[in-house]
Amino acid sequence: MSKFKKDDSKGTPAVSTASLPDIVFMLLFFFMVTTVMREVDLKIKLDQPEATEIDKLEDKALVDYIYIGEPFNTDLYGTVPKIQLDDDFATVEDIQDYIIARRSERPEAVQGKITVSLKVDQDTKMGVVTDVKQELRKVQALKINYSTRERLD
Amino acid sequence: MARKKRELQEINAGSMADIAFLLLVFFLVTTTMDTSWGLARKLPPPLLENQPDPPPIKDRNVFVVLANANDQLLVEGELLEIGELRAAAKDFIANPQRKENLPEFRTEDIPLLGMTQVSKQVISLQNDNGTSYDLYIQVQNELAAAYTELRNELASREFGMSYLKIEEMAKSQQGGEKFKAMMDAIRDVYPQRISEAEPKDIGG
Repeated sequence: MSKFKKDDSKGTPAVSTASLPDIVFMLLFFFMVTTVMREVDLKIKLDQPEATEIDKLEDKALVDYIYIGEPFNTDLYGTVPKIQLDDDFATVEDIQDYIIARRSERPEAVQGKITVSLKVDQDTKMGVVTDVKQELRKVQALKINYSTRERLD
Repeated sequence: MARKKRELQEINAGSMADIAFLLLVFFLVTTTMDTSWGLARKLPPPLLENQPDPPPIKDRNVFVVLANANDQLLVEGELLEIGELRAAAKDFIANPQRKENLPEFRTEDIPLLGMTQVSKQVISLQNDNGTSYDLYIQVQNELAAAYTELRNELASREFGMSYLKIEEMAKSQQGGEKFKAMMDAIRDVYPQRISEAEPKDIGG
């Protein structure tokens, strides 16, 4: 396909592909704009439960994430569900500091609007989730969101 | 610069599409349409020390949902499946037959709706440390669905449109206030009161 020969015998000219780059660029810009680079590298198995009565998390800049689930690397970390904050494993005791640190990064006017999104694997037992919730209460991070997938029935 | 005037050769743009395609594929692959949907909840503020006990609530006004470590549900003393929870909760909240063992009502003056009987219902949810997160979310979901269905029924009775529709319209810029008032009225009749007990190990 190195050359497009004009077939003179037939009347239909070849379709111009000159606008192909434009189309591709348009798609490219669309995806560049909509792309959200994953904020963290997940180190845990995260299979979220499904629900129907769900709301959308509106302002992503005002959301902190707490991940809970069974580590991928079970040889090293075992199968007990662990908490992940940003890129590292953490313990329940770290949550207060984390939330306070994240809160102080935001302007004071919006600090009350921060939501904590709990991304928890569905096989996790409630014990660790309850502990996390108790820690959140202690630092007055009361707006939470149980992250779920949408159930399509 | 004495240079031989030459016809400037045009750069071949034929490979531009290839480059653009390459970038496009990269972004296609890295894109995670991040589905940030979830159940929004508000945690109760932390308990203060020597905080006085809240006034007691009559047993008939409380809908007790217990979930044990084997993912079984005990609802008002009866073993229920998750699929039956929604209907049971709806029956409790609305108490259509005004039964003696279901919640009491008080008459309130609600804007747009006038004098309305409002149930004094509270749903109490207690789970064990061994309950699975999946079941917990299902319970939360079913209880929220019970409220939504009741609100929908009330909304279509009173305003001729579903509650979800009203909620959506209240967010819009034009005429949002009218729908917001309708939304608040419906929420006043069926306020979502899901209380979670302080955690303790109830075993299973």
